[in-house]
Amino acid sequence: MDAVGQFFHAIPIDLIIIQTVNGIVTGMILALVASGLTLIFGIMDVVNFAHGELFMFGAYMGVLVFAATGNFWLSLVAAALIIAVFGAVLQIVTLRPLIGRDPLNTILATFGISLVLQNYALWQFGPVARRIPEPLNLYFNMFYLQYPWYRILIAVLSAAIIGGFWLFLKYSKFGVWIRATTQDRVMAQAMGIPVPLVYTGVFALGAAMAAASGVLFAPLTGVSHTMGLDWVLKAFVVVVLGGMGNLGGSVVAAIFISLLESYASVVVDPSEAVIVSFVVLILTLLFRPTGLFATPK
Amino acid sequence: MTTAPLDKPMPLVKPRLSHTALFWSGFALVLALLIVAPLVLPEFWGGFLTEILIWGLLAMSSDLLIGYTGMVSFGHSAFFGLGMYGAAAALLVVNPPNLWLAIVFGLAGAAGAALFVAYFSTRLRDIYFAITTLIFSQIFYVIIFTWTAVTGGENGLIFNRPRFSIPFIYSADFTPVTMHWFVLAVVTASYLILRRVTQSPFGMVLQSIRENEFRTRAIGYPVQRYKIVSVMLSGLFAGLAGVLYAVQKEFAAPDFVYFLTSGETVIYNVMGGVGTLVGPIVGAGFFQLMRQFLSEYFGDQFPYLIPLGIIFIVMIIFLPQGLLGFARRWLNK
Repeated sequence: MDAVGQFFHAIPIDLIIIQTVNGIVTGMILALVASGLTLIFGIMDVVNFAHGELFMFGAYMGVLVFAATGNFWLSLVAAALIIAVFGAVLQIVTLRPLIGRDPLNTILATFGISLVLQNYALWQFGPVARRIPEPLNLYFNMFYLQYPWYRILIAVLSAAIIGGFWLFLKYSKFGVWIRATTQDRVMAQAMGIPVPLVYTGVFALGAAMAAASGVLFAPLTGVSHTMGLDWVLKAFVVVVLGGMGNLGGSVVAAIFISLLESYASVVVDPSEAVIVSFVVLILTLLFRPTGLFATPK
Repeated sequence: MTTAPLDKPMPLVKPRLSHTALFWSGFALVLALLIVAPLVLPEFWGGFLTEILIWGLLAMSSDLLIGYTGMVSFGHSAFFGLGMYGAAAALLVVNPPNLWLAIVFGLAGAAGAALFVAYFSTRLRDIYFAITTLIFSQIFYVIIFTWTAVTGGENGLIFNRPRFSIPFIYSADFTPVTMHWFVLAVVTASYLILRRVTQSPFGMVLQSIRENEFRTRAIGYPVQRYKIVSVMLSGLFAGLAGVLYAVQKEFAAPDFVYFLTSGETVIYNVMGGVGTLVGPIVGAGFFQLMRQFLSEYFGDQFPYLIPLGIIFIVMIIFLPQGLLGFARRWLNK
């Protein structure tokens, strides 16, 4: 009895609770990134390698607008809009000519885009990380920590954006077009849906979501030109786990992965904690190759 | 490539050079030029050429997957890096350093990594394969980067170049010229082996997997086993490239295990032309020359990947067959 009591006493409950909150917060940002990725994949069959770079560029746009105006919320909206337009242009210039070709061509093209964008960011903004101050300087007490309300706000905002996006897909005219195109491209075209426009619109939407999550994330660790690859890799893991093109699945998988990683970083170095999510991916591929949350067809 | 009876040349009045004679004389000519090159070129450009050959070997190994089996690997940096660190282990632990032992160790390391990656990732196709290979290579990168006690972490490992030796017969220090010849010999042998493999019945099955995987399976070929073997074969040659690079540069660094190396390997392939084996070497040469030219013209700090990335995207859209794509059938005959 005593041994059991000691065992439970040895578990640092406070640490676990803190890491749970941390995990949910990063999980919501990751869900926002991954839902753009999974949307683009589900509709266009495009694995967007440049998604992490759109995230990074969004964060840099946020830094620039914040430096000019000093208003965080304005920079959030502005960055999302700028990157949406940028994403639409990218899609028209590089991906539209590749429609109908082997999907591997698009992964190569978006890989090229990500190289160009990443090096451009390094060239333009330099190797030193930029920062945006937190827009909310309120804290609450959690055990021995002063936990910032801003982090909670991030989770809530991300959830709100994803929820709004879901409503948009469900009820708006464009959302119906998107869902129709996902189900049957040729039929949708035959019914008069402007499929090329839907493609461009979807890419722009996904880019805007990546940019928004970039700005939201920026106050936590700062903005650097290499942040894209980490996020896009994690988002890939999430999208494969959740089942490609499955919005709900990717949200759940994002939170699952982030929780695992934040628990793992209690024990090992955070840079090694990434391996945990990779191992989960390998196990998933072994036992459920269609994804953890895929609905059987 | 199917050679239907109809494709055979009709009996002509004037005897023409056969494809075989033309191909091998072209091969001999290029080989002769590459043998003479380090004697004629200034030392810097000689070393540069050696490096291109090594990158070419890496790209050629990846072409076996991209061009013949139809799987794009974004994880070749793992095999290259394991070859490099395997060679480093042999050169650091065994005294005196032995070239052949380095090759054996490097190949063993690459084979281990390739078996691991192949077993899991060949369950998936197309983009899923690409993503999983990328994620696997990142696992190896994180391990090598953080396991400082063994791998030297961020600083990598430094060692001395082994002597070139044929046991009991001959032994000499490498000079830049003999290094080049050694690399050239290895790359040429690899090319001949890979060419033979792609033209063998085994290679034909790989190409039929590329053309139609379901039908290949329906005919009764164990597709996954073929895929595993092709990934392992490809990984072995990538590891060999890693060994050569380690021996030439006398260091192993985690940067080469990073995803960027895999990405550049894919770029070499696309630029040179997939499914040609020599195309990737040409692509590597084109890429490295452009890079050298850009950094000479605009200075070291110039982000050469911006113009090269744009060229890459433009080539995917307008020239998806690559520089040597026009000669693809001819080279594979």
